[in-house]
Amino acid sequence: MKKKVAFYWCASCGGCEEAVVDLAEFLLDALEQIEIVFWPVAMDFKIEDVEQLTDGEIFASFINGAVLLSDQEEVVRLLRRKSQVVVAFGSCSHQGGVPGLINTHDRQDVFDYYYHNGPTVQRNGNEMPTPTGAKAFHVALPEYYGKARPLNQVIEVDYYIPGCAPPPNVVKDALLQLLSDSPPPRGTVLAGAHSLCSECPLNETKPPEGFKIKQFVRPSQVTHIDPDTCLLMQGLPCLGPVTRSGCNALCIKGHMPCTGCFGPLDGVRDFGAAALSFLASLIDSNDEAEIQRIIDEGLPDPLGTFYMYSFPGSLLNEVLQKGRQKARAWREREETVEAQTTENQ
Amino acid sequence: MPEVIEVHPITRLEGHGKIEIILNDAGDVDRAYLSVPELRGFEIFAKGRPAEIMPQLTARICGVCPTAHHTAAAKALDDLYGVTPPPAARKIRELLYNMFMFEDHLLHIYILGGPDFIVGPDAPKALRNVVGVIQKVGIEIGTRLIAMRRQVRELMTLLAGKVIHPVLNLPGGVARGIHEEEREQFVTVAQQAVDFARFTLDTFRTVVLKNSEYLELILSDIYRHDTYYVGLVDDQNKVNFYDGRIRVVNPEGREFLKFPVQEYQDHLAEHVEPWTYVKFLFLKQVGWKGFADGMDSGIYAVAPVARLNVADSMATPEAQAAYEEYVNTLGGKPVHLTLAMHWARVVEVIQAAEAFLQLAQDEEICSDRLRTPIGEPRGVGIGVVEAPRGTLIHHYETDEKGLITRANLLVATQNNAARIAMSVDKAARMLVHNGKIGEDLLNKVEMAFRAYDPCFACATHALPGSVPLEAVVRNAAGEVVERVRNFE
Ligand code: SF4
Ligand code: SF4
Repeated sequence: MKKKVAFYWCASCGGCEEAVVDLAEFLLDALEQIEIVFWPVAMDFKIEDVEQLTDGEIFASFINGAVLLSDQEEVVRLLRRKSQVVVAFGSCSHQGGVPGLINTHDRQDVFDYYYHNGPTVQRNGNEMPTPTGAKAFHVALPEYYGKARPLNQVIEVDYYIPGCAPPPNVVKDALLQLLSDSPPPRGTVLAGAHSLCSECPLNETKPPEGFKIKQFVRPSQVTHIDPDTCLLMQGLPCLGPVTRSGCNALCIKGHMPCTGCFGPLDGVRDFGAAALSFLASLIDSNDEAEIQRIIDEGLPDPLGTFYMYSFPGSLLNEVLQKGRQKARAWREREETVEAQTTENQ
Repeated sequence: MPEVIEVHPITRLEGHGKIEIILNDAGDVDRAYLSVPELRGFEIFAKGRPAEIMPQLTARICGVCPTAHHTAAAKALDDLYGVTPPPAARKIRELLYNMFMFEDHLLHIYILGGPDFIVGPDAPKALRNVVGVIQKVGIEIGTRLIAMRRQVRELMTLLAGKVIHPVLNLPGGVARGIHEEEREQFVTVAQQAVDFARFTLDTFRTVVLKNSEYLELILSDIYRHDTYYVGLVDDQNKVNFYDGRIRVVNPEGREFLKFPVQEYQDHLAEHVEPWTYVKFLFLKQVGWKGFADGMDSGIYAVAPVARLNVADSMATPEAQAAYEEYVNTLGGKPVHLTLAMHWARVVEVIQAAEAFLQLAQDEEICSDRLRTPIGEPRGVGIGVVEAPRGTLIHHYETDEKGLITRANLLVATQNNAARIAMSVDKAARMLVHNGKIGEDLLNKVEMAFRAYDPCFACATHALPGSVPLEAVVRNAAGEVVERVRNFE
């Protein structure tokens, strides 16, 4: 009997859907072994069809995108119940992804800029789209939360397919592993087990005794990137040493440093922190001030550089959200006190 | 409480696009809305990022057209640093861009929008999808299409590191060049692409143009709006996807404006409505006059029909021949017919394939002069490309270190948003009467917006050509009185 499989997208760019379509002929062949029971982007099956399946009837659900809306949460919970195996597909589902950088901002910032202060906005009084405002037109608009979560903050996840977007070879291998008689242990990230350097064609240009660097350079500032020498040795902030292998060094072959879309190696919780401390350790200096200067000059945006794909899943995000909660609680307490004082007066 | 008909793209559960049709007491349409419940805030979190990462960061706005954002961003960076890429770098960027236009348009022609015509608007729903298309054109052609897209996308991966979210472009040029042996591969695939484009035109001719019912539908008033049109043209007013000046023609087809993208704020503005997260672009000089067409309304359209309306001609010979046939058959320019979008897209596929071949044959792309050195950022950089779905503008402001302080992105579908809203409204008004939903309402309404290949309804990037829709009619008490589905 064919194994039942589901695909679902939460908040995503559609690239992970293209990644499945990019399997091309392989996808057609795979249909001999699997039966797709749910794939909103591609097929007409509806949520009711999933509801009618027995629990665990789906062999595997592949879910991409970060979780941003309440209805996405409902669907992924349903899929969890109906599936033996849940696979977080792509960076957003795995670690929160690029759109997860919105977590560093307040929801109100987004609305003010989009509908009032943006350079081309012609302000329509104080008008901005809201679920309540839309109701007056009989249009139901969902609430926008503005906080992205990786899948494992919402449901239990069995496997991860990393990448932004996962390249065809990785998706193929992952599918074959999952369908085999001896699937990998739960929790496995279905890509390489080592660092990207291990499969990078430039790895052998690194001296065996290791190396130190005097400065970091931004890829826009060097006019020539030597494609035959390790990019990190040239001072380009390549995150290959701390990034999981599997893509066959795609960006490096495009002569650009790895930005870490495959995420951390096993056992590392916070990718950004690991990346930052690794790069800092390469700096050829023992002087704190000098190290700081080198980082400021060559890596002017540590948050964006080290957490490009992983902010919502990071420890830093936890700290930030907790801080926000505290601030909110403080504000509310102050407001109550203020209100009471006014009342008393 | 009036009756409300909601049309959900069921497959896209929380939806990127939703139609609501409001009926008056007589049961006729009072107003139909297409709302977009999506917002991700890229401009906001761009702040503080180094400018040079924008081509990679903004690619994540859309995984279907990442190359468009990647390229618009790079051009904004050229402007920011005041540099011109060396000729080889420019050609490499254009090569990637034309390959992208080719494969992306093919996706729409065969898999998303095409089924309406290739299989037919009245064909059983179960067949109005890619499977039906393959049945109609034959399995070998279906396999050829899949192989064609794969081959082109593999070469794009070779050049740009990744096809879904490329890493090729940098301010002042490109990161990677092309070796002579690689160039030969590009030429081989480009030749096949030109053949495939010719075949696509032939198929369109036999299946669509020879069928008088389809032609009637294309020409029907339900799908017509007399608006302004916006698109890029080169020095000779030819269609150009990568570069040029923005030309605007009025509903009579006469040039209204022509300006470099750096002046876009003088001419384009965004209107806000409370019932959708999308902002509606309009021409500032004409003004926002509500959802209306005609000379006095600032609403305009972009994408294939618009590009062909603003240009005087195509840039390549076979595309030019196809263009003349298109204009003559449809009774001259400007073409105001929304469903002509599919045909215009075929004409553009030919130009993309021919340009792909020309560029691949150009030995200069093997030069190693790939970057012009950059100096200090000049504060502001603005770039534009024609994305498959229309004019796309990226605008960045930075501090002296080149870190983003402000960003403004006008995406293709936003330009079309007002016209799409009108198309849906008009189709609904003309098709729904006395509270009755005509059997074919759903597909006909769908066709009104699917022709645009709107990116906000990523649901229309669905593999079956039809977005599964469900219309719910409620009475004043909120009870469901009728449900119509276009799927079983
Ligand atoms: S640091 Fe980067 S360029 Fe160097 S070997 Fe590792 S992956 Fe390759
Ligand atoms: S090189 Fe790094 S950023 Fe590029 S695809 Fe591989 S893991 Fe992702």
